[in-house]
Amino acid sequence: MLTLTVNGVDHEVDAPPDMPLLWVLRDLIGLKGTKYGCGIAQCGACTVLLGGTAQRSCVLPVSAVVGQAITTIEGADSAPARAVRDAWQELAVPQCGYCQSGQILAATDLLTRNASPSDAEIADHMTGNICRCCTYARIKRAVRRAADNLA
Amino acid sequence: MANRLQNLSRRRFLAAGLAGGAGLTLGLTLPAVAKMGEAGPGLAGRDAAASALSPNAFVRIGSDDRVTVVAKHLEMGQGSHTGLATLLADELDARWSQVEVVAAPADVERYNNLLWGPSQGTGGSTAIANAFEQMRRAGAAARAMLVAAAAARWQVAADTLTVRDGVVSDPASGRRASFGELAEAAAALPVPDDVTLKKPGQFRLIGHDVPRKDIAAKTDGSALFTQDVERPGMLVAVVAHPPRFGAKLRGFDDSAARRVPGVHGAVQIPSGVAVLAAHTWAALKGRDALSVDWDDSAAMQTGSAELFADYAQRLERSGAVARNDGDADTALAGSDAVLSTDYRFPFLAHAAMEPMNCVIERHADGSVELWYGAQIQTIDHAVVAEVLGVEPGQVRINTLFAGGSFGRRANPASDYVREAAEILKATAGNAPIKLVWSREDDTRAGWYRPAYMHRIEAVLGDDGMPRAWRNRIVGQSIVAGTAFEGALVKDGVDVTSVEGAANLPYAIPNLRVELHTTDLAVPIQWWRAVGSTHTAFATETFVDRLARAAGADPVDYRRRLLKDHPRHLGVLDLAVAQSRWGQPLAEGRARGVAVHESFNSFVAMVAEVTVNADNRFSVDRVDVAVDCGIAVNPDIVRAQMEGGLGFGLCAVLGSAITIDNGAAVEANFDTYRVLRAAQMPDVRVHIVLSAAAPTGVGEPATPVIGPAVANALSSLTGKVYAQLPIRAA
Repeated sequence: MLTLTVNGVDHEVDAPPDMPLLWVLRDLIGLKGTKYGCGIAQCGACTVLLGGTAQRSCVLPVSAVVGQAITTIEGADSAPARAVRDAWQELAVPQCGYCQSGQILAATDLLTRNASPSDAEIADHMTGNICRCCTYARIKRAVRRAADNLA
Repeated sequence: MANRLQNLSRRRFLAAGLAGGAGLTLGLTLPAVAKMGEAGPGLAGRDAAASALSPNAFVRIGSDDRVTVVAKHLEMGQGSHTGLATLLADELDARWSQVEVVAAPADVERYNNLLWGPSQGTGGSTAIANAFEQMRRAGAAARAMLVAAAAARWQVAADTLTVRDGVVSDPASGRRASFGELAEAAAALPVPDDVTLKKPGQFRLIGHDVPRKDIAAKTDGSALFTQDVERPGMLVAVVAHPPRFGAKLRGFDDSAARRVPGVHGAVQIPSGVAVLAAHTWAALKGRDALSVDWDDSAAMQTGSAELFADYAQRLERSGAVARNDGDADTALAGSDAVLSTDYRFPFLAHAAMEPMNCVIERHADGSVELWYGAQIQTIDHAVVAEVLGVEPGQVRINTLFAGGSFGRRANPASDYVREAAEILKATAGNAPIKLVWSREDDTRAGWYRPAYMHRIEAVLGDDGMPRAWRNRIVGQSIVAGTAFEGALVKDGVDVTSVEGAANLPYAIPNLRVELHTTDLAVPIQWWRAVGSTHTAFATETFVDRLARAAGADPVDYRRRLLKDHPRHLGVLDLAVAQSRWGQPLAEGRARGVAVHESFNSFVAMVAEVTVNADNRFSVDRVDVAVDCGIAVNPDIVRAQMEGGLGFGLCAVLGSAITIDNGAAVEANFDTYRVLRAAQMPDVRVHIVLSAAAPTGVGEPATPVIGPAVANALSSLTGKVYAQLPIRAA
C-alpha cells in the first residue's frame, strides 16, 4: 500500500509502483477531472500540480510521488487557480471541455511562478497543452485576464 | 462493418423520402426502431416527479421553478445544449438562470433530426437549423399553458397578461406568479395545437450572448464524459486491433496477460482481442502482454505512395459527371494556354481529445443500457440490438458530453459502439464493460477523412476572366455502403466528394466537375466540413492563381465572378473591409483571401501570414466574416469560427495520416501533429446581421482558412501550394 496526498487528503492505494499517477487518480481514487489524452506526455490533458508545479501524470510512476503534495483540478483553489477559473468562465473558454482541467492547471502553474507574463510567455507556456477544439485564442486571452485580475 | 450494416439495412431498414444537398436535408435509409417508452432523459436527468408541467418532449417545469430543457443533439463542444435551450427559453420567456439542460434519450419518434428524416443524430451543422422552430414552438406551448393557468386563477383574460423572466404578471392588478407556482395548474390544461411565435425583434435571448450552460462543469472537473462513467462491477476493456487494415485474427495467447495483476481475462471479438481488467492501466498492460497472431493474407499491402500514384493516373481520364455547364472539354482542348494544378490531400484523423470509448451494461431483465457521447443514436441503437439479439426497445442510450468528435462519433457503421456490444456478448454479459481506446488505437483505427487528388484546369478569356474550368476529383466515397448512400449518391456521384466544387458559385460559362470513386481497405468517414475540406482549398487557391494570371486583385476578381451571389459577396466585402486589405505590410508579410459556402452558411477569411528568413511561416491574424442567418448566440458563433478555423489550420500546418504497407504510420500526437497555442492566430470574427433562419456554424469555418493562408503565401513567394500540409513556405 502507498499513501498519496491528493488535494490535502491522504489516500491509501494498492497500486503497482510503475502505475502512472493518472490512472491511480482516476481509477483507484476516483478523481475523474484529470483526463487521459495521449499517455506519452504530449497533450497535457493529464496535467496535475506536484508541489505547485505542473506535471504530466500519465508518465509519472505513482511510486515517485509518495509524500508530495498532489493537486488536481478538483482541489485547485489557490489565488492563481481561482483567478484562472474565473477568467475561463468569463471568456467562455471551454468547448468540449475535455482538455480544460489540464489547461487550467497549466495556466495556474504559469501564474504561480510568473505573475505578469508577456503574451509570448503565455503562448509559449500554454503550447504544451493540446486543445482539439482549438480554443487557444480564448485560452491566451483568459490567462492574460487572470494575470491582470491578480495584479 | 460496412457490409454488416448494408445487410442490416436490406433486412430491416426503411426508406425515408426527404432529399436535398449534402449536409442539408438528407433522406436516410435507416432502421425501423421501436418507439421508446422513455419519458425522461438519461443519466443527467432529474427526478421526473419534481416536474409538474411536461407539455411536450422538450421541456419540463417543476414546482421548484426549474425549467428543464431536453436537448436532442449531442453536446460535443459546439454549444448545442445552450443553443437549443436558448430557442425554447426565449419563447417561454423564462429566466436564463432557471434553465437547465439534459440530454434526450435515444428515441427516434420524438428526437429525430428534422433534416435527416427518421433518424436521431447530430451532424452536418444542423442542430440549430433543424430545431429552430421546433424548440421555439415547444417553449411557446408551455408559455401559453402557464398564461392560461394564471388567467383562470385570477379570472382575467389570458391576453391581458404578460410574461417575463419566468414570471406571469397581470399589469392591471399587479398580481404575479412564478412558473413554479403555476406549473401544476397548467399541467391540467390542454396543450395548445397552435402557437404564435415571436418576431425576431421580440427575442430576448436569441441573438444575445447568453452564457453557456456547460462552462462551470467544464472548469472544475465535474463534467461527466464517457471516460468518467463507473458502474458497479464494471470491467475496463482494451482491444488489440490488427495493425493492418483488412487483417484478421488467426489466434492469440493470453497466458502472460492473465498474470498481470488486475487482468480478468481476454476474449475474441470480430475486431480483435479484448483484454478485460479491473482498471485501465491493468487492461493496457494486459494488452501489451498478449501474444497475437494476425492473418495478413487479406490485409492491405500498399500505402499512400501507391495510392497517390494510382490517383494521379486516374486524373488523366474522364470521370462521372457531377456538373457540366457549356463545354469545358472543347474549350480546354482548343487552347494552348491552359492553366493546371494537381492537388494532393492526405488522410486525416479526427483525433478528438477523448479517444473513442463506450460503456455498456446488460441488466437482469435482459435490457441493455449504454453511456457515451452518442452522435447518431438511431444507427447505434439498431446495431447494438442486432449484435446482442434484443429488441430495439430493450436498448437504452444515455448520451453524455463528448470530448470532441469532429464527425468521428457519427460513425456510419457504429464501429466502436459495435465493438463494445461485441465485448459484452463475448463475455456473456456478466459485468458492465467500459471500452477504452488508447490514443494509438484512436489514431490508427482508420475512419479518416479520405485522401483525395484534384486536377483543376482553366483557360481565361480575353478579359482575363475564366472561360472554361474543369475539376477532376479522385477519392473514396464516404457514404457508399452506409445508410446515407441512397440519399447522397446521385448518378454515381457521392455528393460529399464533390460538395464545394460542383456548386462552385463563380460565373464561368464552361464548367465541368468529374469524380473518380476509388475503393480501398482504409475505413473512412466525414471529418469536420466533409467535402469542403479539400474542395475549398483546391478551388479557392486556383481562383487566386487565375487572378494573378489575369493581373487582377484577388478580391476584385472574385467580386466580378460573384455578381449573382449576394451572400458570398456580403461576407467577402465584410472580411475585406475589416482586414485592412490593400494597406501596406512589413517585409515578408502578406494577406490572402478565401470565401466559401458550406452547410448553408457563408464564410470569408483574410489571413495575414509572415514568412521568416528560414522559410518557416506563421499565421498572425485572421479576419473572419460569417453569414449564418440569425446568430442565435453570437459568442458561440465566434467560438465556432475561432475553433473551426483552428481545426482547419491543423491540416494546413501539420496533420497527415500516412499509410505504409497497409497500416497507419502516425499513432500519437508526437507524429500526428495538431495545432498548438503558439500557432493560433489572432482571430477577429465579424457576423453579418441577418433575419434569415439560422444555418450551421460548427463546420463552415474549417475549409476556408487553408486557401486563405496558401493564397497569402503564394503572393509572397510566387509558388503554387498544391499539397497539404504545408510545412515550409
